[in-house]
Amino acid sequence: MTGTPAEQPAGTGTETLDTPLLEIRNLTAGYGAAPVLHEVDLAVPAGRIVAVLGANGAGKTTLLRAVSGLIRPSRGQILFDGRDLCTVRVEQMIRRGIAHVPEGRGVIVELTVEENLRLGGLWRGRRGAERAQLDEIYDLFEPLARRRRSPGHQLSGGERQMLALGRALIASPRLLLLDEPSLGLAPRVIAQTMELLRTLRDRSGMTVLLVEQNVHGALSVANDAVVMSLGRIAVRDSAARLRTDERLRHAYLGF
Amino acid sequence: MSMLRERAAATPATTQASPGRPRVWFRLAVTVAAALLIVLLTYVLPPFRTYQLATVGAYLCVTAGLTVLIGRNGQLSLGHGALMATGAYTLALTQNALAGDDFAAPGWALAVSVLAAVAVTTVAGAVVGLAAARLRGPYLAGLTLAVAVVVPSVTSTFDSVFNSDQGLPVVLNPPPGTVPMERWQAWLAWAGALLTMLLLTGLTGSRFGRDMAAVRDDETAARLAGIDVARTQVLAFVVSAACAGLGGALFALLAQSVSPGAFPLTLSLFLLMAVVIGGLGSLAGAAWGALLLVALPALAQSAGERAGSARLEGNLALAVFGVVLIVVMLAAPGGIQGALRRLGHTRPVREVARLIRHPKGGT
Repeated sequence: MTGTPAEQPAGTGTETLDTPLLEIRNLTAGYGAAPVLHEVDLAVPAGRIVAVLGANGAGKTTLLRAVSGLIRPSRGQILFDGRDLCTVRVEQMIRRGIAHVPEGRGVIVELTVEENLRLGGLWRGRRGAERAQLDEIYDLFEPLARRRRSPGHQLSGGERQMLALGRALIASPRLLLLDEPSLGLAPRVIAQTMELLRTLRDRSGMTVLLVEQNVHGALSVANDAVVMSLGRIAVRDSAARLRTDERLRHAYLGF
Repeated sequence: MSMLRERAAATPATTQASPGRPRVWFRLAVTVAAALLIVLLTYVLPPFRTYQLATVGAYLCVTAGLTVLIGRNGQLSLGHGALMATGAYTLALTQNALAGDDFAAPGWALAVSVLAAVAVTTVAGAVVGLAAARLRGPYLAGLTLAVAVVVPSVTSTFDSVFNSDQGLPVVLNPPPGTVPMERWQAWLAWAGALLTMLLLTGLTGSRFGRDMAAVRDDETAARLAGIDVARTQVLAFVVSAACAGLGGALFALLAQSVSPGAFPLTLSLFLLMAVVIGGLGSLAGAAWGALLLVALPALAQSAGERAGSARLEGNLALAVFGVVLIVVMLAAPGGIQGALRRLGHTRPVREVARLIRHPKGGT
């Protein structure tokens, strides 16, 4: 993607650990009076994929919603590139470089593929730049190029997934928040999605916070992983360790 | 949850074809053709029919704006009758203020007072819209319903300005020459209606149209895509209110008076039923709705007259509308326009359309 930081090798990011792209400090957030997240601390270094795992109701989705501003924390701080995100309006996040693909994907079924991709008017008055970004997305997702005039409700589950990802990627975000991208998709499509995330990280240094129920898929691509339980982070480790350490797997991931 | 919502949105009940943008020249050509047709009709039809035609035009301004608000943006309004009243009273007051002592308003007073009516209603729409953007579903319906009830009663509260139930006179003079009153009224009403349609077709095909659809379908997704939801909703309300204001002003010019009795709560309900029957979200459907708003009460009245019951006469229109609404919803959930579109997708019609587009048989 154009507009993202210069290519950098992934997986060797120990030097970036000091200045994480996203830093969550002591975050308490929830809906109404009942907090879902309790004093969560999490640092996401630039250019890495961090998997967020855990049972239903552990607070994974709430964590993403807090980062993109859909819910406001009652306590704590969320820093993006060192700057506080808590006062930034949701609709400004995409322009700040944070793209959030929500659970259920949020494709606007009434609009065509291309209209979905052009939502938000990120290139107001710059037709050329918009065209170039559209073409990049169509290169990345060839089925979308064939269906650019089809309304969203005619798309298959896999195509909707591509469209949701395409709409997030078209803004060349620095941080991608993905909420269960594997939900309801065939194993092959899940594998392709994970492969795409790997490519995005390796080629353009994109940082990804990946919420998943599909533990195998997520751990196959992630650098680091956290396991959430009852609104707290119970385990944080490298994805490789979680994949291989049987004790951890049994205790927190149930396999 | 969201899968269910997507499926619900994909059923014909709520889906109109995606708001693509018809080419500008095509829209202009249709507008010119419609204008020519209207002018022709005003020369062919008898005066009373011409007057009814004018009424359809005035209604069309309102229904077009309302169908965009409800169908495209997903905001329900039960208060558009009150916005019409705002436009109508503004027209009357402006005109009277410009007329001076001799009651002879200058020629430009008409244009100025219509513009004033649109402007004041736009401001009123912004105020209601700002409140509406914070409300959803039944609460929004409740708010707009309150507007529909309150605005007409303002006229009796401040009766020195609005002259209570008697209302205000509105002067309309056809340009000197041979144009009879009804023809002039029809021209004015349809000039407003066609301008409204031209602007709204452009608007719904633009980025703003996509924003409105996104806000209606999935507010969270819209915000994450960078759309300011509240701003989109207020703007949609403002646009819709401006259309209602224009429609109300034209109504005043047709009736040559304004009074609170012309804008009862049932008017707002009629407007809503008309856009639903016509096909929610469709501008062509708004035209069907406007036509029904004139035709159904007229039919109901003549039926009531034949039955010889004065009491029936007054209430039959609402009943007829209700029955038509139920029948259309059962037979064609997408309204009249939705049914026509489905008809257009059947094999024989498609074949004919193809032949028209490619008369030589090539592709």
